[in-house]
Amino acid sequence: METIDLRKDSVRTLNSTLHGLPADTNKTAWTVTNPDGTHNIAVGLDAEIDVTVKGHSGYYSAGMNQKATVRFEGNVGVGVAENMMSGEVWVTGDASQSAGATAHGGLLVIEGNAAARCGISMKGVDIVVKGSVGHMAAFMGQAGNLVVCGDAGEAFGDSLYEAGLFVRGSVQDLGADCIEKEMRDEHKEILANLLERAGCTHDVSEFRRYGSARKLYNFKVDNASASA
Amino acid sequence: MCGIVGLYLKKPELEDQLGQLFSPMLIGMSERGPDSAGIALYGDPVADGRLKLTLQHPDMDYDWDGVKKALETQSGAAVSVDACDNHRTFDVQGDEETLSQWAEANLPGVTIMSLGQRIVILKEMGTPQEIVDRFDLTNVKGGHAVGHTRMATESAVTTAGSHPFSTGQDLCLVHNGSLSNHNRLREVIERRSSIRFQTENDTEVAAGYLTWKLREGMDLDSALEAALEDLDGFYTFAIGTADGFAALRDPIACKPAVLAETDDWVAMASEFRSLAHLPGVENAKVWEPEPAKIYTWGRAA
Repeated sequence: METIDLRKDSVRTLNSTLHGLPADTNKTAWTVTNPDGTHNIAVGLDAEIDVTVKGHSGYYSAGMNQKATVRFEGNVGVGVAENMMSGEVWVTGDASQSAGATAHGGLLVIEGNAAARCGISMKGVDIVVKGSVGHMAAFMGQAGNLVVCGDAGEAFGDSLYEAGLFVRGSVQDLGADCIEKEMRDEHKEILANLLERAGCTHDVSEFRRYGSARKLYNFKVDNASASA
Repeated sequence: MCGIVGLYLKKPELEDQLGQLFSPMLIGMSERGPDSAGIALYGDPVADGRLKLTLQHPDMDYDWDGVKKALETQSGAAVSVDACDNHRTFDVQGDEETLSQWAEANLPGVTIMSLGQRIVILKEMGTPQEIVDRFDLTNVKGGHAVGHTRMATESAVTTAGSHPFSTGQDLCLVHNGSLSNHNRLREVIERRSSIRFQTENDTEVAAGYLTWKLREGMDLDSALEAALEDLDGFYTFAIGTADGFAALRDPIACKPAVLAETDDWVAMASEFRSLAHLPGVENAKVWEPEPAKIYTWGRAA
């Protein structure tokens, strides 16, 4: 186990050390202590390593992640796992706004709540939030899945393209062109798999599925009235 | 971008440590606001019928003795004075309206920073570290404080354009964000009240707005509810009150905020970085305030 203490070393030292690891490194387990809300912790990783951050972290935590598994034991600031490509990012506490923004792949698990704009412009990432999400979750989501075990705030799935949305609790209101959809077997399979990977014991029957009505994103003038 | 911070001590025995705990909070927001910084400190109240009048003049050799004598003549009672760099806090007999009108009419070039039973506002251009050193903030005592580090966007970098802005009645406002309807609102407030603005700053308008609503008889909660309707733009506010502080984010919640609470204190900051040094923070309840929800601590009105 390798340890980096951010009260002794800078975040730049941490990141350049992790970036410099060879592909066949045997230093695969890393611990980061005293994050103290620092921004950009463990961004741009591109190796099959495990990083555990002990404490509350700042903005863009594990942004642009590929291959690595990064676990934040605490809360994270704006934009955790933004633009993730692959790998896994876990947050044991709450995430601030824009969690998983624009992420193309991988799995983001938030064990607490996520604030506004969780999964904004998601492009293939799978996100599981064990608590609730704030307003405008999955705004303009294009691909991937967002699972919310708690409640969803205002304008859920606004201007959605093709991301799949699953909510166990209430939805305050749906955004433009987002509708409730039938939960068929193929959707139950996706949901069950994500719940299992995230360590959730909820039954898929407790969830409702939401998706795009597809009236807005192929713009036709006849559909101009579809904004509600 | 700007940084805002607030700290409320729940236990009186911690009041000696206010400056020590609060100064790193302000310095923690240096990257968010390197242009100017300021704080509102809430210490022991002055005697009934008296007020703390805090004034500032850029000239370090300004004739403050003359001001003290003039205040004694004007009020007909003894005046004591606390010096802090280019600021002076006078403990003086009188009411808010009389004293502020007298200072405006008789002290050209002097800025009225604050007026209240407990509040003292200190603000200046410079980095948070420079401000902490200049005002010797690590040694200040009191029950609570709010602070601001400014990265100017809406108006010039000046002392007068720095936060906090006093809103009267021991209240003050610090702001992260920008208001888009401040010009129009400034006109409305000046037309409908006796409130006059000193700067082109958008936050001064928000402060004036709260002063106006409070003078009309609203309590702080109602005034903030009204602000949610009437203020257009982005904001996270921290509002210092005589006995605590309040926090409010706009409904879109673009501007960040973090709250943390233990048995000893409640703290608010734009980012967790400013809270990381607080004693017991590792076991504190730490959370992001919800949009358009008013949070108050202490015996806030």
